[in-house]
Amino acid sequence: MSKIKSKSLRESYDLKPGDFNTERKPTWCLGCGNYGIWNSLKKTFVKLKLMPHEILIVYGIGCSGNGTNFIRTYAFHSLHGRALPVATGAKLANHKLNVLIMGGDGDGVGIGGNHFIHTCRRNIDMTYILHNNKVYGLTTGQTAPTSDRGFKTKSTPSGVLEIPVNPISLALICGATFVARGFSGDTGHLLDITKKAIKHKGFSFIEVLQPCVTFNKINTYDFYRDRIYKLEELKDYDRSNLNEAIKKSMEEEKMPIGIFYEIDRPTYEDGLKQIERKPLVDHMIADIDINRLLNRFY
Amino acid sequence: MKVSNISWKIGGEAGFGIMSTGAIFSKIFAKKGYYVVDNNEYPSLIRGGHNAFTVRVSSNEIFSIDKDINILVALNEETIKLHQEEVTYGGYIIYDENNGDITEIKKARKDINYIMVPFSKIIAELGVPRIMINNVSLGASVALLNYDLEVLRNIIRDIFGRKGPEVVSFNIKSSEFGYKYIKEKLKINAYELEIVKPVSKMLLTGNDAVFLGAVRSGCKFYAAYPMTPSTSILESFASAENDYNIVTKHAEDEIAVINMAIGASFAGIRAMVATSGGGFSLMNEGLGSAALTETPLVIILCQRPAPATGLPTWSEQGDILFAIHASHGEFLRVVLAPGDPEECFYLTGKAFNIADTYQIPVIVMLDKYLSENHFSYERFDFKNITVDRGKLLTRSKDIDAGYKRYLNTEDGISPRVVTGIENGIHIANSDEHDEYGYSEDGAFNRKIMVDKRFRKIKKLIEEIPPPRIYGPTDAEITIWSWGSCKGPILEAMNILNQKEKKVNLIHFTYLYPFDGESIEGIIEKSNKNVVVENNKTSQLAKIIMMNTGHRIKNKILKYSGRQFLPGEIVNGIEQIE
Repeated sequence: MSKIKSKSLRESYDLKPGDFNTERKPTWCLGCGNYGIWNSLKKTFVKLKLMPHEILIVYGIGCSGNGTNFIRTYAFHSLHGRALPVATGAKLANHKLNVLIMGGDGDGVGIGGNHFIHTCRRNIDMTYILHNNKVYGLTTGQTAPTSDRGFKTKSTPSGVLEIPVNPISLALICGATFVARGFSGDTGHLLDITKKAIKHKGFSFIEVLQPCVTFNKINTYDFYRDRIYKLEELKDYDRSNLNEAIKKSMEEEKMPIGIFYEIDRPTYEDGLKQIERKPLVDHMIADIDINRLLNRFY
Repeated sequence: MKVSNISWKIGGEAGFGIMSTGAIFSKIFAKKGYYVVDNNEYPSLIRGGHNAFTVRVSSNEIFSIDKDINILVALNEETIKLHQEEVTYGGYIIYDENNGDITEIKKARKDINYIMVPFSKIIAELGVPRIMINNVSLGASVALLNYDLEVLRNIIRDIFGRKGPEVVSFNIKSSEFGYKYIKEKLKINAYELEIVKPVSKMLLTGNDAVFLGAVRSGCKFYAAYPMTPSTSILESFASAENDYNIVTKHAEDEIAVINMAIGASFAGIRAMVATSGGGFSLMNEGLGSAALTETPLVIILCQRPAPATGLPTWSEQGDILFAIHASHGEFLRVVLAPGDPEECFYLTGKAFNIADTYQIPVIVMLDKYLSENHFSYERFDFKNITVDRGKLLTRSKDIDAGYKRYLNTEDGISPRVVTGIENGIHIANSDEHDEYGYSEDGAFNRKIMVDKRFRKIKKLIEEIPPPRIYGPTDAEITIWSWGSCKGPILEAMNILNQKEKKVNLIHFTYLYPFDGESIEGIIEKSNKNVVVENNKTSQLAKIIMMNTGHRIKNKILKYSGRQFLPGEIVNGIEQIE
């Protein structure tokens, strides 16, 4: 069942990706992976015939968060690491909104790691795009929770001592119902999985491998092009098999992109009787009768 | 003996139903129109440790519990040791000799009556669970007060009816046994309360009143992480969410709690959170996010003794300066501090209207004493809480093209929209932003936006009432206080004003913004000023100093983790020279 509600304009939908541009021009570095994500996202909205006002994107803080200013939809630029709970609150208040979350690796699995775990298991119907460039870009080049062991940065001049967080494995074991990986250097493929993620009913998670051309000279476009392969090209890969997905997520030498896992499970909203009839935001609150509650106190 | 006022206390080991027994005792009297205030004391554990529950009942209006206990029900020996000195001259202690030989302990108080009721034997004879000792003690207490046992029976039926007739039956049987033991076996007739108009009163805590006020105000999203003494609000919301179309979310931590509420409010509904100091510490960054994005938010802060884990189940007013200054940077917020459940109810309503009108966070401060203890009231007239959503636009046709979410208006308040309407697209931005919401770090813009947000104070301050004055205007001593100290102070004033020294009270429920001018006249005119606060560092006195330059030298402070008792304030005032 698709959650995208058809509005009156849908038949005569004639928006182009450029209609999702704002008056601000992107401020990302030339060659930044964010451009690829930005372009495929706008195209996805057009493919899905979504109007800008039907979409809410909640952003974290970082280079990806600065995207707030460059896509014309409803937007909430939240605090570092806090995009997921803000999005959760908004979605519960009005579950008719198409809610997306944009954030970087530090935002999602560093400072916001706790929210990531719990949002996955909640299975709220929204789409989280985690921009993984394995480095802190906006603060000019310190280690990220996804940096590879030994990676030298300004905050780890002798090399990172920890092993990286694997966002795909984490999302899988925490209960996300749609888990995918894209590459910002392949916008056509990214568009396809973004479209499927938004259409998925439940919490969909996409990790985007995104080269940082300024502060990460290791994980470059070429680095990824040499390593990635597409799960779609495997004949017998079963996207509904969690163990298989976890195994795939652990591959390092060759890195799979595409959809690792996709299942149907009742969403958090499905369990809320109080929003069955209409979203919370549509309730009149001018004169609520609390006599029944007052009676409890006698 | 006919009395207008009695205090009853039950004590025993934690985990044996002391609190629910106390709550039933309160109910017995509120049901028949008496004024009731109660107080529970318990440690932060589930079994073991000492629990005590005090109930004060009166045929006249009362504002707090008192120190002197008329009847002490001691379910163990420790209760006698800990509390027998609180028993008033000629008062009663109900105990069971099976719990230990108290011959020695008794010697300390020859002026009181020790009544032996063999709880354990009775329970064994009746063949009912041990927990029924509580009902035996309730029956015995009702008998000592010459009160109507049928009221107790009805309450037992109300409370335990769901658990089936058998449970109701042995609860009632046990209380009847206790009643008869006093009436027929011991033939003691201790007190009799003066009769009042038998119109049932509500019995509710500050937390209950906040919950009621929030539901009436149309709060549709409530998020929290359990933390004493705020937890009962979470449970109340959860119990009402289906009937009232509210989503209640027990989130992973208080950071998620406040951010979820911000998201819900941004989407267009009224949202609230509650916590104690520790959770509020975690919420601090979110508080600033609500401020910069101009997202309305109501935060209930139920204080407890801190820092760190502190005394989780006790009371203190240590967080007012924290609340006023919480989060980095300078921004407008409102801080309220109701003094009793009735004020909790109406100020919660007010908090939502202020938050919506000014698009700012509003913090409502309670403390454990106010959050968890019951006070009796006549039914609240909820029509007195009205809903004002300020400049919130819900229809796309009301919005012009080129909508500016942060329009630089004369009163500083910009039109806000319900997220999702066609012409209202904008960015709510935690970065400094321009009128549209785009991130903008220009110097000129920064000043304009800071001024815009602070300009709201002009209209806001006109809406804030001056502190309320209780007692004679020509008093010799003026008490300055805030929040839950109100009750014990009013009781103390009743005592003091029958003597020579006349005392009045300036009570603050609106603590920030603080209108210094509104009180300068009072502070200069009064002969002697004294602050009464449940903290170590006299934080209200500091706020008054900051805003008026006046130093209040006399201070009555209590920071033992217990709220004031009226007598302590009387003593404090009498010592002022």
